[in-house]
Amino acid sequence: MSIMGEGRPVLSVENLAVHIRTDAGVARILDDVTFAVPRGGALGVVGESGCGKSTLLRAILGILPRGATVPKGAVLFEDRDILTDRAASARGRIGFIPQDPYLSLNPVFRAGDQFLEIMRRHAPGSRRDHRDTLVELFRAVQLPDPGGALAKYPHQFSGGQRQRLLIAAALACEPALVVADEPTTALDVTTQREILGLLRQLTTERGLSLLFVTHDFGVLAAVCDQVAVLYAGRVAETGPTRAVLDDPQHPYARMLLACHPDRAVDLLGIPGTVPAATAQPPGCRFHPRCPASRADCAGVPPPLLPLAAGRAVACPYHAEAMLG
Amino acid sequence: MARYILRRVLLALPALFGLVLLTFVLTRVIPGDPAATLAGDSATPAQIADIRARYGLDRPIWEQALVHVKQVLTGDLGSSIFSGRPVIEEIGFRLPATLELTFFALFLATAIGIPLGVVAALNHNGPVDQLVRLISVGGLAIASFWLALMLQLVFAMEWDVLPLRGRVEVELGTPPLRTGFLLIDSLLAGRLDQFRDALWHLVLPAVTLCLPGLASIARFTRSGMLEMLQKDFVLYARAAGYGRFRLYAIYVLRNAVTVTVTQIGLLFGALISGAVAVEAIYDWPGLGTYAVQAILSADYKALLAVTLVVGVVYAAVNVLVDVVQALVDPRVAEDIR
Ligand SMILES: Nc1ncnc2c1ncn2[C@@H]1O[C@H](COP(=O)(O)OP(=O)(O)O)[C@@H](O)[C@H]1O
Ligand SMILES: [Mg+2]
Repeated sequence: MSIMGEGRPVLSVENLAVHIRTDAGVARILDDVTFAVPRGGALGVVGESGCGKSTLLRAILGILPRGATVPKGAVLFEDRDILTDRAASARGRIGFIPQDPYLSLNPVFRAGDQFLEIMRRHAPGSRRDHRDTLVELFRAVQLPDPGGALAKYPHQFSGGQRQRLLIAAALACEPALVVADEPTTALDVTTQREILGLLRQLTTERGLSLLFVTHDFGVLAAVCDQVAVLYAGRVAETGPTRAVLDDPQHPYARMLLACHPDRAVDLLGIPGTVPAATAQPPGCRFHPRCPASRADCAGVPPPLLPLAAGRAVACPYHAEAMLG
Repeated sequence: MARYILRRVLLALPALFGLVLLTFVLTRVIPGDPAATLAGDSATPAQIADIRARYGLDRPIWEQALVHVKQVLTGDLGSSIFSGRPVIEEIGFRLPATLELTFFALFLATAIGIPLGVVAALNHNGPVDQLVRLISVGGLAIASFWLALMLQLVFAMEWDVLPLRGRVEVELGTPPLRTGFLLIDSLLAGRLDQFRDALWHLVLPAVTLCLPGLASIARFTRSGMLEMLQKDFVLYARAAGYGRFRLYAIYVLRNAVTVTVTQIGLLFGALISGAVAVEAIYDWPGLGTYAVQAILSADYKALLAVTLVVGVVYAAVNVLVDVVQALVDPRVAEDIR
């Protein structure tokens, strides 16, 4: 075993619930979500679109939308609950790589100025130091003309270059943790591969921990050593990436990987759809679609049951379901 | 940028040329005979005909138009039929009065309207937002003459804290005119008492004039902010840890005002036409009162000159607005290069 994962995790999410008031009632977007990002490790959160991945990151980053509440749970970053302890707020202390590099930069400000403002508030040193650090990072993310990039506006970069900018910015304040929300979905396949390689390399080199959200199993396997599979706002299964992808235990994970070995999209040919966030079924959120469901699946939501080798699954009948 | 400004100026020229022709035709077809006005009440038909011939008013209208355009092109706006003095001289005195009033009103509308819009957007659907909405509906709906009368009644007559009309207190005199803007000239002359006097006289007319503009600037800023607050880059900046004030008052606002800035250019036209009524009510010695007087006395030379000058000012303001827009939004600057 490597030293990775030893000691306390850098981020641990415990029984997190997020509700959003909407016109159609209270949407229970996340419920009882628990996982931990080991120090120096990379954890991937995987799930189909709408399962709550972005909301999870927004809760961690402290930027939940209007009307959102956290009725339950904790987000421990460096052992302090950033949800309740205002002084421990994660803003600026967790590097964030957003989903869409085209929309995440303000079009009317120079790239350098946008990032320098973040560093002014969250990194020690003078503006000069900050500029030097940024140029250094621009070089590290292999941006052409690193020195000139500071003075350019976002529209003067290509999509891939903008994502490189954002990766550099995420590292600028020397965070212990970087979170990324599907950072390559807006890019073409070749650029995608380059960016992922870069991200992986930089985080390993610097010993950073990574929380990585994706719906792409290929990306997941390339970047993350741990995985949490999300279905309808609950963790269905967690464990080492290879083990979970090769031998999924939760009926949802198993069906998903059977229909789509590459991406988490919908369950093809399986009756039913992902429940609306305002009308979650009681008990296990997957039970109405589960071929192995029983009467008591509609009762109490099943907790994550620990299995061997650091795995856990939120289905008490996973062993029986496997035979069926 | 210089080339862009030049191009915008060149583009404005045909419009101004059209304006000269159109207003000429208009002034010649509206009722009223300038020759009769000039000749006076006791003139004989022969005398009137004589004057008509002297001013070329007996020629076909297209020929008159041609002569007029030629004069304008050589910089000659003619003399007032009414006073006999060169029109350019009379306007030279009155234009700064109108510009001082409209610019001050524009300043008030922007300086109050933009923060109101920002606060309303940040307070979306809250009490402050409702209040701003009320103000902006009111600002557009209230007739300016009614508002002017109310303001005069309260501030000038009831409380007697602001002057009722005019631009200066006669006893106090005016500073030597350099720019024609009394606020500036009084400061240049080091006369704080005159500055105060000029400012006090400006307040009521400017408040009256600015209200519709303030209302629309607040509305445009509010909707611009609301639109921008939805953007991913705001979320990103918040996650990255921008300060609240910096985020909303600078980072987001700069995007939101690109729309407002365009609006200000259009607004300026409304301000100038609004100034005609406001000047009349407050007895403001500007172009508006001059134009009214010119219309009443069929002084078509004066009227033509006023429209041309206002047209030039309007075009200039809009070029300025385009420049500001390019400064605010680098993508616009890119397009024009
Ligand atoms: N501001 C919001 N108001 C109401 N519902 C929301 C809001 N944001 C997200 N949701 C709902 O929460 C669910 C999860 O959304 P999201 O976290 O964006 O999922 P993902 O990132 O996995 O696609 C979706 O059903 C979405 O409709
Ligand atoms: Mg998402």
